[in-house]
Amino acid sequence: MRLFLAFAALMALTGCSSSTTWGWYVINPWTPSGWVNIKFLIGGMGSTILISLIAAFLSIVLGLLVALPGLSARWPLRLINRVYVEFVRAIPLLPMLFWVFYGLPIIFKSMGLNIPIDPFWGAIITLAISDSAFTAEIYRAGIQSIAKGQTEAAQTVGLNYIQTMRYVILPQAIRRILPPLANQFIYIVKMSAFASVIGMQELTRRANELVVTEYRPLEIYTLLILEYLVLVLIISAGVRWLERKMGSDERG
Amino acid sequence: MPLDAQQSAIEMRGVNKWFGDFHVLKNIDLTVATGERVVICGPSGSGKSTVVRCINRLERHQKGSIHVHGAEVTDRPEDLGGDVGMVFQQFNLFPHLTVLQNLTLGPMKSRGLSRTEAEARARLYLERVRIPEQADKRPTHLSGGQQQRVAIARSLCMEPKVMLFDEPTSALDPEMISEVLDVMVELAEEGMTMIVVTHEMGFARKVADQMVFMDAGEIVETGPPAEFFAAPKSQRCQTFLSQILSH
Repeated sequence: MRLFLAFAALMALTGCSSSTTWGWYVINPWTPSGWVNIKFLIGGMGSTILISLIAAFLSIVLGLLVALPGLSARWPLRLINRVYVEFVRAIPLLPMLFWVFYGLPIIFKSMGLNIPIDPFWGAIITLAISDSAFTAEIYRAGIQSIAKGQTEAAQTVGLNYIQTMRYVILPQAIRRILPPLANQFIYIVKMSAFASVIGMQELTRRANELVVTEYRPLEIYTLLILEYLVLVLIISAGVRWLERKMGSDERG
Repeated sequence: MPLDAQQSAIEMRGVNKWFGDFHVLKNIDLTVATGERVVICGPSGSGKSTVVRCINRLERHQKGSIHVHGAEVTDRPEDLGGDVGMVFQQFNLFPHLTVLQNLTLGPMKSRGLSRTEAEARARLYLERVRIPEQADKRPTHLSGGQQQRVAIARSLCMEPKVMLFDEPTSALDPEMISEVLDVMVELAEEGMTMIVVTHEMGFARKVADQMVFMDAGEIVETGPPAEFFAAPKSQRCQTFLSQILSH
């Protein structure tokens, strides 16, 4: 609410000015054309949220699968983890996006597979892989923070590795893993803006398209930034709620 | 497999272990008959905990063999399937589960018992360690002595053939030691095969069939408690006993 007031104040202030530098009318909700523009811009929200959610889900699964060999006593498994994390972490997002979107279909074709990659899935795959290197490290740190005696006790009551993780280690580690994972989700939401360059109709792409027709970059990109801000603030609030909920389910 | 491994509960033959360059266990030979109670003592760093941890595969030995009821222990600790119960110095209860859930986890997931069966068994053993009323509490809300008794009950719920105790009273406040030892004495009287690493010599005199003294990774001396305490043969054992019994 306070945010909206600040925004309104900014609009009022600049609206008073007679200077031609300002053109808030493009996103003035009280004019029909401004309202149409706003609806067009906010219309990208669904795609941004959907891409981020699916990518985050895949990254959480993939990250765990990458993290577990990193905790093994056997060095070849640890090596797999290290190579994956170092390699993926080193690739900037935009080149990886180009590689997945333009390059991967060629690999598929050479293997005789006809798997087209559309902007939607291209963005999701890239974000998920890129993020999984970080989630893997978060898991590793979280799992390692649980005392070794817990694993040993689980083994002495006959649990195998998967059961030990599932019933003993992960339920305890999740409280330490969750806050940094939430940070990663915020990172994914922001990085999803890159999907605009391969033609995905999300928030940033919509803003770019409107700028091209309206020639009002300042006003439109200001609104774009505010859209991301609102999105991230909502996620943060959700995470804090979740942390409180889990925190009340205490651990000694 | 050695022939006598068939009859004995635990059979260690020429077991050697190194932590890097450090030779922690040197040619350990130890036979524990079914129903026998063995107490291992010795100065800290002598390798007594490592012996116990090798038996249930929390540590691997590099040379020699260990058989539990005739089966050689493998590299996978869960292969023991809870047949070897373990009580740790630091209890190692699962803090995110209630006492009852701590006891039912192994029987349900590893033994395939139904929840009803597992809970019935859990309540039975909580009764036996005399804390049935704590079933729905979290372990962290219990005293140290109560936690260790829950840990013993957790192991018993797997109905193990052998129970190992790794300094079970060393992390306890003095006034709580006896409540844990009482439970262990009862267990011994019921005929459980036990290996206990401890400095509680009163307990050792009372229940041990065999005393084992370790120093610097070797078994220096073994014998029945009467002889062991009255006339220790080695100088190292005499020194150790005089130190811990002097006060």
